[in-house]
Amino acid sequence: MATPIAAVWNWIDERMPTLGEEYRKHMSEYYAPKNFNFWYYFGAMSMLVLVIQIASGIFLTMNYKPDAALAFGSVEYIMRDVPGGWIIRYIHSTGASMFFIVVYLHMFRALLYGSYKKPRELVWIFGVIIYLCLMAEAFFGYLLPWGQMSYWGAQVIVNLFSSVPFIGPDLSVLIRGDYVVSDATLNRFFALHVIAVPLVLIGLVAAHILALHDVGSNNPDGIEIKKNKDANGRPLDGIPFHPYYTVKDAAGAVIFLAVFSAILFFVPEMGGYFLEYNNFIPADPLKTPPHIAPVWYFTPYYSILRAVPPLFNSQFPGVMAMGLATMILFLLPWLDRDPVKSIRYRGGYFKTALAIFVVTFLILGYLGTEPTNVWGQFGAWMGNADRATVAARVFTVLYFAFFILMPWYTALDKSKPVPDRVTM
Amino acid sequence: MSQQEKVDKARRNLVVATSVAGGLASVGAAVPFAASWMPSERAKAAGAPVEADISRLAPGEMQVVEWRGKPVWILRRTKEMLEGIKKSDPMVSDPKSDVPQQPEYAKNEFRSIKEEYVVLEGVCTHLGCSPQIKTVEARAEMGESWEGGFYCPCHGSKFDLAGRVYKGSPAPINLPVPPYTFVSDGTILIGDDKKGA
Amino acid sequence: MKKLLIALVFAPFAALVAAPAALGSEAGYRLDHAPIDSKDVVSLQAGARTFANYCMNCHGAQFVRYNRLGDIGLTEAQIKDNLLFAGEKVGDTMKSALSVKDGKAWFGVAPPDLSVIARSRGGDWLYTYLRTFYRDPNTASGWNNAVFPNVGMPHALWTLQGERALEVVSEKEGGHETHEYKWSQISEGRQSATQYDATVRDLVNYLVWMGEPSANARRKIGVVVLYFLGVLFVLAYAMKREFWKDVH
Repeated sequence: MATPIAAVWNWIDERMPTLGEEYRKHMSEYYAPKNFNFWYYFGAMSMLVLVIQIASGIFLTMNYKPDAALAFGSVEYIMRDVPGGWIIRYIHSTGASMFFIVVYLHMFRALLYGSYKKPRELVWIFGVIIYLCLMAEAFFGYLLPWGQMSYWGAQVIVNLFSSVPFIGPDLSVLIRGDYVVSDATLNRFFALHVIAVPLVLIGLVAAHILALHDVGSNNPDGIEIKKNKDANGRPLDGIPFHPYYTVKDAAGAVIFLAVFSAILFFVPEMGGYFLEYNNFIPADPLKTPPHIAPVWYFTPYYSILRAVPPLFNSQFPGVMAMGLATMILFLLPWLDRDPVKSIRYRGGYFKTALAIFVVTFLILGYLGTEPTNVWGQFGAWMGNADRATVAARVFTVLYFAFFILMPWYTALDKSKPVPDRVTM
Repeated sequence: MSQQEKVDKARRNLVVATSVAGGLASVGAAVPFAASWMPSERAKAAGAPVEADISRLAPGEMQVVEWRGKPVWILRRTKEMLEGIKKSDPMVSDPKSDVPQQPEYAKNEFRSIKEEYVVLEGVCTHLGCSPQIKTVEARAEMGESWEGGFYCPCHGSKFDLAGRVYKGSPAPINLPVPPYTFVSDGTILIGDDKKGA
Repeated sequence: MKKLLIALVFAPFAALVAAPAALGSEAGYRLDHAPIDSKDVVSLQAGARTFANYCMNCHGAQFVRYNRLGDIGLTEAQIKDNLLFAGEKVGDTMKSALSVKDGKAWFGVAPPDLSVIARSRGGDWLYTYLRTFYRDPNTASGWNNAVFPNVGMPHALWTLQGERALEVVSEKEGGHETHEYKWSQISEGRQSATQYDATVRDLVNYLVWMGEPSANARRKIGVVVLYFLGVLFVLAYAMKREFWKDVH
């Protein structure tokens, strides 16, 4: 006797077998390596935050007004007058930063275990596009509260485009739809933030996962589990994603949600990094706040932008460097010449390079949140240059060196022998 | 199947327990989202009780007040109008106002606190149009037996001057009486019946 | 190496909590710690009264509804009798008596709305700012401030604090410049220094509360949420272990 649930399932299966096939392909018969560690939670967590952001975002649009005269007030209206509104708003503001935290950790995992390498280049490329889209999404969304930081942040970033030779000034006017950031800009950023970019993001996430499931997941040993299969053609070191990784990710998700909630309910401003203090002042086109810094997740690139000196009175080199700093990620699969994937079996050169890169990224990130005089000035022997600016230049060089020198140091590296089977 | 069930018993219990707790968490998470669809503080402030000055309302006159975005009628009825309401008893479908379309204190012959003044939400109980007042003078168009009342232009529902619906109207029940109270002889507070609030 | 990397990657998150972004005074005047308590209803009510009597002549709090003061223990009748201007309802927001246009004409800038002032300035800044006005014949209003130099606002609470003068003594010591602030009383106010500090404490307490009226509820709900997630984790982790018994 079939249970009612089984009966319903059979009924659907007879009419739409695709559903069951896809379920098996991506869940119950998707064989993932059994040795996933801590770093492998963040892909699933990114999905979770995406869902959280979409759900909370939909509810925010129900009360938000994309109008320069009303936007700031409508956010306070959500915070005060809409029942439960403050929770929804804090979910969305916390979620924005948490999204970048999990995505950065997810990307770091790829660096650790060589997840970008053959045959997963396409997975990596989709991932980098997702990351770029996410930055666009965050940038558009940050204008919406229409506070001072929203306004001046957008003003500065859009002005970067005016440094593009020849077409620059026209380009930035085109982006703003006005000569300064204004109501027209707010309205189009709203449309892009709530509809256009999310649609693209969802599509890209689907592509990222489909591409992954075609080649199979990498693992902390960097071994292709498909090379060792049993008589039924199942990888010996693989376990079905469902139920094993669904239950594991569920437990991880609870921890993640606890961290999320702790921030949301106890430190929603996160010391001024998740919600900037100056953004509680309504946008004023006539008065720039004394210190403008982008939100923390953009600051490594902002540092690079500031570090590059202007050339021929143009900021364009800095803008180019900032653009290149993100674009160079696309080349990673081809820059890395070491056949070994995982850091566990890699040589000292790569380990050192990665450690320097992590430090570089963090320091650039820190410097981007501070004014350039934060560390004071060098003496006359350095032309009284700001110490922080000089440091940012050094670290900008190191940032690019990690990528540009990679073909050499990975080829020269002395890697250890990689085992045939995964280690638990 | 049965053997596997035995092996999986602990597992199943844990799945059920975790699912129940996870389900509760989801319900909890849904609370602020569902709550956000309730009227906001601004809507509540806009829907706050409304005071109406009726000291200059002449007998037979009607005043319309907006409360929660709906028209509320305050009609000062004449002796003849009240007589007409009594005469309408056999023609209306709920003469004793048994359907709770009014606060307890307005469940009487004239559906009002003071016989003279009736307070009604001017929204047809059929599909929400706003009916118009038709006094006895409109007998030519409303028929010989018309004792004065309200007529809905949308689908022809008829009500008497106490808001009671005529038999055979598309509207099923009487017009609602909102909560109200007399703050003083010349002032009515609509939307709240607790004095002094 | 591995531990070091993990520590490195998570270090910034710890730093975020430990070292908040700059929220200081541009003038370099050391900010006093505001001894506020969001649960002290008496203090909040006193602050609300000061706000209505002294601040709202020029400043509004256009996002705050009067009836929200129910959260700090005021009844509708108390709000009506003590705080409302003629013709206002308890559901109205705290609009200033002064129009934006008049404000611009009188002070050069429109007095800012104070609904979320505590969220941009912080309690300590406000607490120090409101206690460091001094007489300065060189400004348009005759007042100046140690935390906010050349502020457009005159000292609204001067009848309470009295008038004070400030002398700044600057000393250069090995490249570092140090300032010594010498305060002196020109005329007495209605309150003693201690009473005035308490008045400002209450007012700042109120401003901070008003900046985020849901803050107390937020923390309360947060505790419940975290406990519940703790229980959920125990179950989810037990479930994971049960399933992973299969995996060798």
